[in-house]
Amino acid sequence: MAAGSSSYSSMVLDEVKTPHVLAVDDSLVDRKLIERLLTKSACKVTTAENGQRALELLGLIDGQHAINNRRLQGPKVHMIITDYCMPGMTGYELLRKIKESSNLKEIPVVIMSSENVPTRIKKCLDEGAKEFMLKPLKQSDVKRLRCHMMQLGQPCNGRLCMGR
Amino acid sequence: MDGIVELQRQLVEYTTSLYDEGFLDDQFIQLQQLQDESNPDFVVEVVSLFFEDSQRLLNELANSLEQQSLDFRRVDAHVHQLKGSSSSIGAQRVQGACIMFRNYCEVQNVEGCLKCLQHVKNEYSLVKSKLETLFKLEQQVLAAGGTIPMP
Repeated sequence: MAAGSSSYSSMVLDEVKTPHVLAVDDSLVDRKLIERLLTKSACKVTTAENGQRALELLGLIDGQHAINNRRLQGPKVHMIITDYCMPGMTGYELLRKIKESSNLKEIPVVIMSSENVPTRIKKCLDEGAKEFMLKPLKQSDVKRLRCHMMQLGQPCNGRLCMGR
Repeated sequence: MDGIVELQRQLVEYTTSLYDEGFLDDQFIQLQQLQDESNPDFVVEVVSLFFEDSQRLLNELANSLEQQSLDFRRVDAHVHQLKGSSSSIGAQRVQGACIMFRNYCEVQNVEGCLKCLQHVKNEYSLVKSKLETLFKLEQQVLAAGGTIPMP
């Protein structure tokens, strides 16, 4: 880590300037909207149409990262934003699977829903979701999310902060 | 120059009427604000997806409601999807019609559902035609060398 440590820390900063978000939603219209919202907030976006696909992508995206966690390899995911109501695997079930995975559990997960159901919200937050947002999403909502994306990019202070 | 100003005036007037009559709500403004030089066709693209998706859902709904044994959960699931997408683009009246539709699904009222489907179809047709007119007016302004007034 000593050799090229300045390039390492600039890699950390560069990566965090453009956080990579995985957005999961079964609605084509909503995927288009969330992608644009996130891109306009200077994020790199990957979309998935269901939970299964999202887990596959997380396995691929984070696979290399997990195997050798002392080096940044491949596109890391800084945040996952998922719809709650999806056929097959719900957003809640996806959240649980992510929190059960040693590789993925540190990734902040945000749940979106068109329905304001307090028990649903509590369930998701209890399971570790960082936020629960009501649809339709607006630019102001997405701007607020950047703080969650940044959490993995805290200044190093001489210790490894990426790739735990 | 007068031509452009007149076209722009017509556009603003038409747009305002869509909000006043409840066809569109603030979410549509969100869409317009997401459009810029890097994404100059964003609104048309999203709305086109909405049209395709809605047509598909309305067809499914018509099919489902014709079945001998009505699966209300399936009907509700489709209406939920249509409610969601209409809300995402700001098609307020379609969204409202979907909410009513879901109420009838919940109490398993077939008559009510059939009436609601008709109502949703009507609202959808209306907003589709309004949006197509809006886009046409925008094109006219652009073709005349003007810019589209920002919301």
